[in-house]
Amino acid sequence: MDKKRGEQSIVFGNPPVITSTAVIGGPMEGSGLLSAYFDKVMEDNIGDQSSWEKSESYMLEWVITTAIQKAKIAPPEIDYILAGDLLNQLMATHFAVRSVGRPFLGLYGACSTMAQSLLVGAMILDGGFGKNIVAAVSSHHDAAERQYRYPTELGVQRPQLAQWTVTGAGAAVLAATGDGPKVTAATIGKIVDPGLQDPNAMGPAMAPAAADTMWRHFKDLNRQPSYYDMIYSGDLGTIGKTLLIQLLEEKGIPLSGNYEDCGCMIYQAEQDVHAGASGCASSALVLCGQLYKLLLTGQLRRILLVGTGSLHSTTSYQQKETIPGIAHAVAIEV
Amino acid sequence: MSTSSGSGSENKPNFTWQYQTKFDKVKPKPPLVKNLLWAFMVGGLICTIGQAIQNFVVEFGFGKQEASALTAAAMIFLGALFTGLGVYDELGKRAGAGSIVPITGFANSIVAPAMEFKREGYVFGIGAKMFVIAGPVIVYGTVTAVVVGFIYWMLH
Repeated sequence: MDKKRGEQSIVFGNPPVITSTAVIGGPMEGSGLLSAYFDKVMEDNIGDQSSWEKSESYMLEWVITTAIQKAKIAPPEIDYILAGDLLNQLMATHFAVRSVGRPFLGLYGACSTMAQSLLVGAMILDGGFGKNIVAAVSSHHDAAERQYRYPTELGVQRPQLAQWTVTGAGAAVLAATGDGPKVTAATIGKIVDPGLQDPNAMGPAMAPAAADTMWRHFKDLNRQPSYYDMIYSGDLGTIGKTLLIQLLEEKGIPLSGNYEDCGCMIYQAEQDVHAGASGCASSALVLCGQLYKLLLTGQLRRILLVGTGSLHSTTSYQQKETIPGIAHAVAIEV
Repeated sequence: MSTSSGSGSENKPNFTWQYQTKFDKVKPKPPLVKNLLWAFMVGGLICTIGQAIQNFVVEFGFGKQEASALTAAAMIFLGALFTGLGVYDELGKRAGAGSIVPITGFANSIVAPAMEFKREGYVFGIGAKMFVIAGPVIVYGTVTAVVVGFIYWMLH
């Protein structure tokens, strides 16, 4: 059976089921808008660990093992772990997965990794290559700051465009059969580079990729945005969100009331994060926390998650390269 | 897509230019008045503290040059101390240049990476990364001093 639709989309024959999720957030995320949906909130950004990186690994390991427990299966029943983070060489992920002892594939899609791991996981399960998969991601504000920007104690003024990297991790257990929201379709994005060079302008750099993937998704599957109860982009932030709406309008797809950006759902206005949240955990906290629960209770029935990633590195922007963006869409339905 | 690679590369700069224009339209402006006020108040406060220390030192009978050196040392100590206490970055977030330009900001730029990279050890962490921010300032400051010194020497 041919499951490919149009140029970039797939529809799953036996849609895999999200049987459980687990979410952990940092203290700042804990005092944000979504804390009610978290399984655990860290007291501070480092916990009992000796570095930001170890703290991030701890969070990722915690959500992976907790999600497996909540799915009421034993760790040996997990066929593959698909996970990623933002640090060089996927440091946080590798040290988190080390102790879990299950087959592992590391994924890098920058902040789009949650959507990426879900869609790759769903393809593996629908292909019949396994029964249970964990898709997980993490990000850590301080670990990301010291890698991408400045030492954390340096007294610099963040521009209004800047987004705040989320400290947290999210994991979802995907199963070939079971009860729960199903991953029904996906669109794999192309790299789109609008030519921006400001590394603070990540949301605006990713918006054209998100617009391209959404447009492709609707075209390939012959759907309208109104097919979904809600459409979520990963971490475009306030400015990227405005640009995405403009870009889609130009392509003849007006996003009416059913669109929101995960990066605008995590922090309260008085938390002074400027243009919103970013990081792998931005879409993971929203999806594995709030959205999963709303799907379980039936308050949401059809959603489209469009994970967005900004594919630059410190070396690339110091060498004056532009910032390429990517976006992958995953449709989840009850 | 079906467009040939030739027309694709012609379209690209056009799209970049159009998108840059779109982006510039929605790009948020910095809150100038608030930032200026913060920079003025904090920068002014740091300088006032420096002046107070200098006056205090002069009271003890030190000469003007010795007093300046002692004041600079005291301000560097305070900058380092407040970086260690985790206060200076909170100040810098609001005050911007007001807390970067004074000598306390220079202390912050050295102590912050030293703290951050201690986890990579004393040699490859602190030793190698300590001047990651201040290094360029020192290099180009020295180069500028040499150039200006040379011009001064030529003129006299």
